[in-house]
Amino acid sequence: MNDALSHPAAPPYVDRDQHSVANHLGMWTFLATEILFFGGLFTGYTVLRWAHPHAFAEGSRHLEFWIGTANTAVLLTSSLFVALADLAIKRDDRRAARRHLVAAGLLGAAFLGLKGFEYFQKFQEHLVPGSGFDAHGAQPALQLFFFLYFLMTGLHALHMLFGLGAIGWLLRQIGRGAVSRERPDAVAIVGLYWHFVDCVWIFLYPLLYLIGG
Amino acid sequence: MSLLVESSKAPPRMPSYLEAGHTVRSWLFTLDHKRIGILYMAAITVFFSIAASAAALMRIELLTPAGDVVTSETYNRLFTMHGVLMVWFFLIPSIPSVLGNFIIPLMIGARDVAFPRLNLLSWYLFMAGGILATYSIVAGGVDTGWTFYTPYSSTYSNGHVMAMAAGVFIAGFSSIATGLNFIVTIHKLRAPGLTWTRLPLFLWSMYATSIILVLATPVLAITLVLMAMERLWGVGIFDPKLGGDPLLFQHLFWFYSHPAVYIMILPGMGVVSETLAAFARKPVFGYRVVAASSMAIAILGFLVWGHHMFVSSQSVYAGVVFSLLSFLVAVPSAIKVFSWTATLYRGHITFETPMLYALGFIGLFTVGGLTGIFLASLAVDVHVHDTYFVIAHFHYIMVGGMVMAYMGGLHYWWPKISGRLYHEWTARIAALITFIGFNLTFFPQFVLGYLGMPRRYHMYPEQFQTLNVLSTAGASILAVGYALPLFYLGWSFFFGRRAGPNPWGATGLEWKTASPAPEHNFETTPVVTTGAYAYDAEGNP
Repeated sequence: MNDALSHPAAPPYVDRDQHSVANHLGMWTFLATEILFFGGLFTGYTVLRWAHPHAFAEGSRHLEFWIGTANTAVLLTSSLFVALADLAIKRDDRRAARRHLVAAGLLGAAFLGLKGFEYFQKFQEHLVPGSGFDAHGAQPALQLFFFLYFLMTGLHALHMLFGLGAIGWLLRQIGRGAVSRERPDAVAIVGLYWHFVDCVWIFLYPLLYLIGG
Repeated sequence: MSLLVESSKAPPRMPSYLEAGHTVRSWLFTLDHKRIGILYMAAITVFFSIAASAAALMRIELLTPAGDVVTSETYNRLFTMHGVLMVWFFLIPSIPSVLGNFIIPLMIGARDVAFPRLNLLSWYLFMAGGILATYSIVAGGVDTGWTFYTPYSSTYSNGHVMAMAAGVFIAGFSSIATGLNFIVTIHKLRAPGLTWTRLPLFLWSMYATSIILVLATPVLAITLVLMAMERLWGVGIFDPKLGGDPLLFQHLFWFYSHPAVYIMILPGMGVVSETLAAFARKPVFGYRVVAASSMAIAILGFLVWGHHMFVSSQSVYAGVVFSLLSFLVAVPSAIKVFSWTATLYRGHITFETPMLYALGFIGLFTVGGLTGIFLASLAVDVHVHDTYFVIAHFHYIMVGGMVMAYMGGLHYWWPKISGRLYHEWTARIAALITFIGFNLTFFPQFVLGYLGMPRRYHMYPEQFQTLNVLSTAGASILAVGYALPLFYLGWSFFFGRRAGPNPWGATGLEWKTASPAPEHNFETTPVVTTGAYAYDAEGNP
């Protein structure tokens, strides 16, 4: 504590435990914000799907079932590796922690690659709202489905990008020894975020890909 | 509150936060919650002045029935600018970001908020948002009203909606960061012995406010994103012609903006509790229920947004439920008013400036709250919807409530902020002028609204002129009441009498340390052994 007092930029904590619980609570609070952030979109989805069930089913059939499914598997596996990295750092196996994080990051990148491929396909099929959208004779509300599809998955992908940045930062911190068995919090906190982004996808997958009937 | 602050008077004295650095850099890159509070104070004073000028122009226009000072187009831009700046760039950050930032760590005996860097970042986000909003005003303004209703903001918009919405969006993240910081700070950084039931009531109300900041603001953010997309791509999510739902925007907007009303009043209630206890020299009556009522207001506040939409095409059954829930908010609000009144009973009351503001708050908030009951009644709302009755109602809450409380809190903690006292009588007279000017401005508007004068028009039938002249006269008195503190507080900052650690003889950890507060708040972490407001029978702390 005396050390903290002599350095004005140091965080205002009496000890490391207090710092650790505060960091965890901070991330949980942030995730509460995130839930409400995505919540607005899920509300919009519910209202519009209620109004246009057929257009939404039609839209769902235009999506690639195999890409959505593969991406679900990819993302859940990446979460497994993040959890393994957390276990590894707590038993002071920094090499394993980094290896698991690299695997999680590569899977995350694979997810984004598949997502990007699907976006490209939709672009070719003129299913991007606002840029020459062609409903292919279906109801005009099909555009609303694709608007929500791009907005929701796009926002999710943006969160994935932040997550990848955080994993990169973690790899560096572990390499420098700033994250270790004595100070393992950062892995669990980035992990919370990663799992949250994963959970959002678990809702997006059925709502977008599995309602074609 | 009896405490152990062992070496608070022992030399060498720690430098105050004001002496800790004198360069611009030492302010702009500070991580000290007190300096960040001051940065916020400077910023919101500027935004308040701009927004108040817009109101002044509107009042001048409304002196005469004819629309002769500004065109209706300009008038639309004036009330939008007034609303947006006052709500997001003055009221929401007022007590939380200025007084909350400054006082919360001092009140809980901590060195700083939980995440000082995030705290500084929140100020920069706020400034970025404010600059974007100001840019949109300078570039020509926005005519949607502060609510950004579609299709005013999408299909038919002709103003700089995107810049304004981006400004509000960014400022929203500043709110979230502040709320998150306060939640973690109050949970995890309390001094030993400062249990939840010993927390000063200001902290309870800031905690309730922070929950709303964290849970409501993101919904506004995503709503503005949807609106921006709608405007950019015209996909029709709010456009019935393309299959969208125009009410969806209003639901999402008010899901944020009604709780935001409580962001703008709960902190004021906290300040009033502190002030009343300090100047009645008694514990706040019914401490636990007052604390619980803050939480109840925060929770119920999320369930009443539909009362803004009684005359939209919202289902009448939804209207009935929203009406009932809105009545329920009156219960915790009334609990507070009754408890404050009971606090005064047999107190050793003195009428220092903060107390005048607090008493003004109680009266004006009660009027604002009771007229809220009128508006929550379905049938009455149909009659007074979108009239000056609504304007008067929410100004009694926002200005009569929150601005009064902000001024009261500013005067109450001014000795801790500046280390000096202001000229008491000048300040009392300013408080009185504010109270008189406020009532003269807004009371006639209740009558105008009841008689049917709609809001948001720059001209009106001749029979409304007398009341409008009264209102404009009141506004000019109110302006004097707001301008005076700039001068005497400014003077006090440099030349005022030294305040000493506890000029009011109040309880609370913030009064146990030097004034102005030392850079690190406390030399040793204080230990709390009693509840808040531990005054003895003679009113001594």
